[in-house]
Amino acid sequence: METLSYRHTAARRAAGARPMAIVGVVASGNLEVLVERVLPGSDCQVEISTPVTGFAKVWEAVITDFVERRSPGGLRLSINDGGARADTVSLRLAQAVRLIEEDGR
Amino acid sequence: MNPPTDGRRQSPSWYESAARDRARLLLDAGTFAEFLGPEAREMSPHLGIFDLPRQFDDGIVVGRGKLAGTPVFVAAQEGRFMGGAFGEVHGAKLVGLLRAARDASRDGGTMPVLILFDTGGVRLQEANVGELAIGEVMRAVIEARRAGAKVIGLVGGRAGCYGGGGLIAGTCSALAVSEHGRIAVSGPEVIETNRGVEEFDSKDRSLVWRTMGGKHRRLLGGAELFVDDTIDAFRAAAIALIERAPAFDLAMLKAEQARLAERLKRFGSCADGLDVWKQAGVDDPAKVPGMPADEFIALAQHIGEGRHDAR
Amino acid sequence: MTLAEILASLFPAGHDIVRQGGIMLGSGPLKSGGRVTVVGVADRTPLGVDDALVLAGHVLAAIDRGGKDPILVLIDSDSQRMSKRDELLGLNEFLAHLGKCLMMASLQGHHTVGLLYGHSAAGAFIATAMSTRSLVALPGATPAVMDLPSISKVTKLSIEALQEKARSTPVFAPGLANLAQTGAVLATWDDKRSLADQLQALLDAPATPDDQRDRLGKERKGRPKAADIAARVHDLALR
Repeated sequence: METLSYRHTAARRAAGARPMAIVGVVASGNLEVLVERVLPGSDCQVEISTPVTGFAKVWEAVITDFVERRSPGGLRLSINDGGARADTVSLRLAQAVRLIEEDGR
Repeated sequence: MNPPTDGRRQSPSWYESAARDRARLLLDAGTFAEFLGPEAREMSPHLGIFDLPRQFDDGIVVGRGKLAGTPVFVAAQEGRFMGGAFGEVHGAKLVGLLRAARDASRDGGTMPVLILFDTGGVRLQEANVGELAIGEVMRAVIEARRAGAKVIGLVGGRAGCYGGGGLIAGTCSALAVSEHGRIAVSGPEVIETNRGVEEFDSKDRSLVWRTMGGKHRRLLGGAELFVDDTIDAFRAAAIALIERAPAFDLAMLKAEQARLAERLKRFGSCADGLDVWKQAGVDDPAKVPGMPADEFIALAQHIGEGRHDAR
Repeated sequence: MTLAEILASLFPAGHDIVRQGGIMLGSGPLKSGGRVTVVGVADRTPLGVDDALVLAGHVLAAIDRGGKDPILVLIDSDSQRMSKRDELLGLNEFLAHLGKCLMMASLQGHHTVGLLYGHSAAGAFIATAMSTRSLVALPGATPAVMDLPSISKVTKLSIEALQEKARSTPVFAPGLANLAQTGAVLATWDDKRSLADQLQALLDAPATPDDQRDRLGKERKGRPKAADIAARVHDLALR
């Protein structure tokens, strides 16, 4: 298992008030993303646990792109990866932010 | 998100839904609250030995909510994570919930528990602790039922309800099953691996459905209700089964002994599900596998053994 | 120990246990004066629908007679019988029914004792040994929830690699010591001493109605999380 951690400063804080949300499942080619509104200001942190080693560069590119597009300020995203492709990772990260920005609960 | 009570919208497929969505949408809108949810990060301490990724909830969601206004506990297994199999943490969450139902039911009250099965049985990488968890779950189900709780099993997930999961299902007060819901101890591949393809051809999907599928279990009396593959249908079934589930006492166990003895007598020499259904009174058994849910439910009401109060 | 030696040591004054194919039924006298109902699976027999129902019937009859006589379950079984017929007839219900009858007996005050003297596995193990209140074993018992070749097939790890991993954890590999460490087995008896004495001592010990296995597993460092997780969920649910 490999663990990776990335810290960013987003352009702005994520919308909404939900404290947390979770999307996805840990299965072959899939992953789960737990997102929690626990960081100050527009800080953003992404922690990854993956059984596929040696792809830190790809993760870094995917996360950087995600932070630029979605501006997930104030969020900590924790990933349990089941060996997902980069496009699946991007999709789940976007879903996670969309869910925590939703109204209700 | 579609509230389950909104009849104008298509109710989502049970089979296609994730465990947490099944639990949430099964209950009254906005009432579901999870215990030790993913943010608690209570994961398997053992999968790391095998370099396997963990899941934040270890593949099971437990919590409380309301069903048609009545407080209930709910547990939902996620069949896509490790086949929904029982590991140490996964099992312990269900044990804790059932022990709470026992204690909440002790003073004349009753706290129903809904178990949304989706499991291949014991998680091989945690075989000993998974098996032990199943033994503990069974005892906790019985203690909860003895205290007055109704424990309802809902079976219609991707992984079916196999191995020790099948035994736990057998301890429940009542079961509802959909077409996809397979209930068995030895799965098709297990029988084929141990006994050969002549005994059971696991690739023959129609044989699998005829031997352990939802329609067969309903006609045999192995499940009280057959339901369509929607969350609304399972919700209606759960409400109905809580209402009518039998108590756990000596009279019930004697009735179950008689029911199972009768089953061996009636169907013990049947070679196939088709023979069982014929024997049970189905005029044209060959039509059963392709029958739409509503038609099958009507058929089962006429001839099935679903209402026996002996489980 | 052979089954004959075990029965002789349990019941030096004789017993009325009879074999019925792969199972055994009957009773024997206790040192304290009462009788113990005996059911069992012998000769590594796989447990199928027919035998499970006979065993359950014997347990139900014991409950029906009233009183609080203990029930002893002797176990040297294979796993559940793996066959098309058993699954067609709903083996899960038959095995669960046997487990339920044993658990009902325990709730009614009959001390149910499992004595694992040989092999057992998977569904048969759950429906017999695991459904008793006190599970004890004899040295040389070989319980195996899952055998290493099967685990090897699924995990795609060699048997050698699995054996290496099994040195650091009791959670997956077969064997009595591993199961005991996880809390499944209460005690391993001494086969050099009278089994009748050891059974009597177990029956005389203070009763513990609640399931102690997760706490035992924690004490023995075989199951690090189960007891705490169950307790936390329990407390959250009742809050």
